[in-house]
Amino acid sequence: MKKRHGGKKFECIPGRMAALLSSAIFTATILTGQALAADPIKIGVAGAHSGDLASYGLPSVKATELVIKAKNAAGGIQGRPIQLLIQDDACKPEMAVNAATKLVADGAQAILGHICSGATNAALGIYKDARLVVISPSATNPPLTQSGLNPNFFRTIASDDAQARMEVDFALNHLKLKKIAVIHDKGDYGKGLAEFAKSFLEATPGTQVVLFEGVTPGAVDYSAVVQKIRKSGAEAVIFGGYHPEASKIVTQMRKKGMKTPFISDDGVKDETFIKVAGKYAEGVYATGPKDTSKNPLTIQAIADHKKTYGEEPGAFFLNAYAAAQALVNAIEKAGSTDYDKIVTALRTVPVETPLGKITFDDRGDAIGVGFSMYQVQNGVYVELK
Amino acid sequence: MDYFLELFLGGLTRGSIYALIALGYTMVYGIIELINFAHGEIYMIGAFTALIAASVLAIMGFGPVPILFLAMLLAILYSCAYGYTLEKIAYKPLRHSNRLAPLISAIGMSIFFQNYVLLAQTSDFLPFPSLLPEVPFLEPYAYIIRSSEIFIILTTLVVMVLLSLLIRFTRIGKAMRATAQDRTMAMLLGVDVNRVISVTFVIGSAMAAIGGVLIASHIGQINFYIGFIAGIKAFTAAVLGGIGSIPGAVLGSLVLGWTESFATGYISSDYEDVFAFGFLVLILIFRPAGLLGKTAAQKV
Repeated sequence: MKKRHGGKKFECIPGRMAALLSSAIFTATILTGQALAADPIKIGVAGAHSGDLASYGLPSVKATELVIKAKNAAGGIQGRPIQLLIQDDACKPEMAVNAATKLVADGAQAILGHICSGATNAALGIYKDARLVVISPSATNPPLTQSGLNPNFFRTIASDDAQARMEVDFALNHLKLKKIAVIHDKGDYGKGLAEFAKSFLEATPGTQVVLFEGVTPGAVDYSAVVQKIRKSGAEAVIFGGYHPEASKIVTQMRKKGMKTPFISDDGVKDETFIKVAGKYAEGVYATGPKDTSKNPLTIQAIADHKKTYGEEPGAFFLNAYAAAQALVNAIEKAGSTDYDKIVTALRTVPVETPLGKITFDDRGDAIGVGFSMYQVQNGVYVELK
Repeated sequence: MDYFLELFLGGLTRGSIYALIALGYTMVYGIIELINFAHGEIYMIGAFTALIAASVLAIMGFGPVPILFLAMLLAILYSCAYGYTLEKIAYKPLRHSNRLAPLISAIGMSIFFQNYVLLAQTSDFLPFPSLLPEVPFLEPYAYIIRSSEIFIILTTLVVMVLLSLLIRFTRIGKAMRATAQDRTMAMLLGVDVNRVISVTFVIGSAMAAIGGVLIASHIGQINFYIGFIAGIKAFTAAVLGGIGSIPGAVLGSLVLGWTESFATGYISSDYEDVFAFGFLVLILIFRPAGLLGKTAAQKV
């Protein structure tokens, strides 16, 4: 098994001990770096820092370090330096509980993490009891925010159903269509999205799911399904899946003379789709991650990372960077580390981040983060504003 | 009624596609009782050859009809060469060994060809040009049946008739039947069995190549993996119709095509494969040799 962090030595020490040790070392270095003038603000950073999924968790640590270093260099928050408490949960719920308990005991005043949805869910209860705000850069499981059980939880990544939500909203509100056929490829990703789309459609009065079907990926021909879509009288097709099936279905629909709008996901928002479907791809809608690469803050954050760590940033780096900025901003605007004041600040005071200007909605999802609708126009995907 | 007709014609097209590939399976099985699992890959190689040929010919400025025929000719030649070589390398040395040995060899060749094309070409899906002409006066009826679908059905029909004539009336056809009945006896009577087997592989490969070109241009995309699924379905069709029987392969393919099409149309496409294979099981329970297969008496 690949270990990026720690190496063999850590394996013989129990996980908790290793985490303790590493955080102790880290705390020591931070403390010597900072003048002990004022009482520091302690922010916990928890996530997968060892094991198979370390590559998902470590970039968040680096992102937080960059944000905090810049903030401390500029004098900290109201003269108080920020101190990081780092805990490894290896993406395991049982370790996440330990990490959370440890962070609370160490006096963390807000948490950035966790990385994996399962680990986050396990740790959230402990933070809730301790009245700590938690911002995750990467936990996408929808109920984390939507269940309403975690008023202390925020995230800077779109939830798993965000694409389905966007597709449905687009079909109903933008295209003003009422009868929708939902097709998927029977895979985890495609079927999952299709089921979210179906439940959103069914929850909207006056709309109708006229067809809900899975197709067999790789089949030689989809004409029967295309005929079925035609017969169902669907005004739009929402497809959950990847581009090979999407291009076959769209091509057959268009060749059969059907002009029904085709709305799909980021499995279809791929250059190969346009290349393969050719002229039949024109007008197809697909959701895809919002393009943030031209944001000056993004460019700067990545340049900082390269300068400090000598490499390109890893997974969820920008989400974590934005989360750290949002947290620092909220504590600063709240004027204290009081739970209610931080929550209010997160919901009301917008902050400029690499992901754009964000605040959080009542459920804790960042507004304006995540996906955009794209349409194929003249052979390229164009972001619809 | 319109809907029924659409599904019927859709199933017919699908069945014709399967039939072009299933014929190759059934012929090889008829002669040497080997299931040539690499047959689907020959079909895929045919499609790739046609794509490359068509791209080059289009750059050289040929019109659509010459491109179709030249590309198809090249695909056939190339696939035949592969089929011939495949038999010589992977099956002939194993002809007198355990029956499982050539079967394993066939699966191995199938994997080899897939990976060979993956490495030599690409793992991406590639757009395949629409080589089949769209007949203008049929366009208003495109929602029922497209001209490319009619073209596929007609081609399958012609190929099937030619193949039946070949087997029935030519010298090589007679030799094939003799080899299928009793290879040792045919050999004793002076039939060049090696040649017969080679010819069988070449004819089967040619049909697979035709199928590859037609289907790829009907669907509009190919990658290295298309042969596998098409091959499995065609093999199912051949078994359904009675493996070893030429009309059986065609009938089995059509039945399979219709089963899938109607199951999708009237029930649900989620269970398309369930219906297809469920039907296969049913047929095999009541007619173990397939729809048109002969229950051959055990040779003692």
